[in-house]
Amino acid sequence: MKNTMRLFWTMLKIGLFTFGGGYAMIALLENELVEKKRWMEQEEFVNMVAIAESTPGPIAINIATYVGYKTGKLPGALLATLGVCIPSFSIIYVISLFFDRFLAIGWVAAAFRGIQVCVIFLILSAGIKMLIKLKKTPFSMTVMALTICAMLAIDLFAINFSSIFLILISGALGLTVYAIGRLREGRGRE
Amino acid sequence: MIYLKLFLTFLKIGAVSVGGGLSMISLICESVTSNGWMTEAELLNFIAVSESTPGPIAVNIATFIGSSQGGIWGAFFATLGIVLPSFIIILIIAAAAASLMKREGVKAVMNGVHPCIVGLILATGIGMMLSKLTGIETIHSTFAFDWKSALLLAALVLFSLLYRLLRKKGPSLILLILLSGAAGACFFR
Repeated sequence: MKNTMRLFWTMLKIGLFTFGGGYAMIALLENELVEKKRWMEQEEFVNMVAIAESTPGPIAINIATYVGYKTGKLPGALLATLGVCIPSFSIIYVISLFFDRFLAIGWVAAAFRGIQVCVIFLILSAGIKMLIKLKKTPFSMTVMALTICAMLAIDLFAINFSSIFLILISGALGLTVYAIGRLREGRGRE
Repeated sequence: MIYLKLFLTFLKIGAVSVGGGLSMISLICESVTSNGWMTEAELLNFIAVSESTPGPIAVNIATFIGSSQGGIWGAFFATLGIVLPSFIIILIIAAAAASLMKREGVKAVMNGVHPCIVGLILATGIGMMLSKLTGIETIHSTFAFDWKSALLLAALVLFSLLYRLLRKKGPSLILLILLSGAAGACFFR
């Protein structure tokens, strides 16, 4: 129980001091969990980050839930996740109350027109960074190229088609290609 | 029932987007514009805020959109929606099935999903760039080149590349946002 409360405070601190989302959080978490508090071995931490990156949802939440469960089962998972969310939630809620009025100021609105360009740049560079990290096989490159074409076509022709289906189709494609590979392998052995 | 709608919308987004905050952008953009909750420009404004405030970007965005549509309870249900799928999936993995992630079948599905997510982010970025710089959102839009935004974008690319070359790492996001804000306040009146 004592450990669980300490984990809650650690997560609260991490939620309060990391800027730039999940990836920025990983370095801070490693420092807190592995080096200072020794709640985890380096190897387990690396495995956990890999799981957090490849399961759905915000990476920070995935990591908090995982660490929480490992230290204090269900209550631990609940408190750790709550801890990492509370700072965000309160800060953003307060901002949301004033944001419209803030944007109504002339020079602020102009500043945000510049910032919009910056955010587009950030989104593109996040995409490019993920592309660099992606395992480049003929299959993955085809899926990516097809997704880009499909998304742009959906946008340009204003077709009503959720990109959730693109994700589901891609997952099914991955499974199909794998199954076909296995079948061939099986036949080769006979 | 706005609370239920916010909850379900963000539940859906939380359940399928792999790879953290920005990989959700395409889905979030899609749902907020189709529900008429926000325009693309408003969403971009807020992404800048959530990049420069602490905490997970996904939670920041859910809280903000929830609050703008349904006050504090809207914020609560949107945030709950985005967190819940993660929480449940990770709980299952941590409790029983860490080996599940090593299963060939799961890996095969992920091999398809990962490139798709990368494609979605890139396509969203390209689409936003097109609509910001040329005014083209659909084939029916008229072409209107925004040379100021184009110049700013070129300057940002150049600045990041130079910075990376000199300092061996990229500039911080907050620095880029502040610089662009200053440029906007000076030249975008």
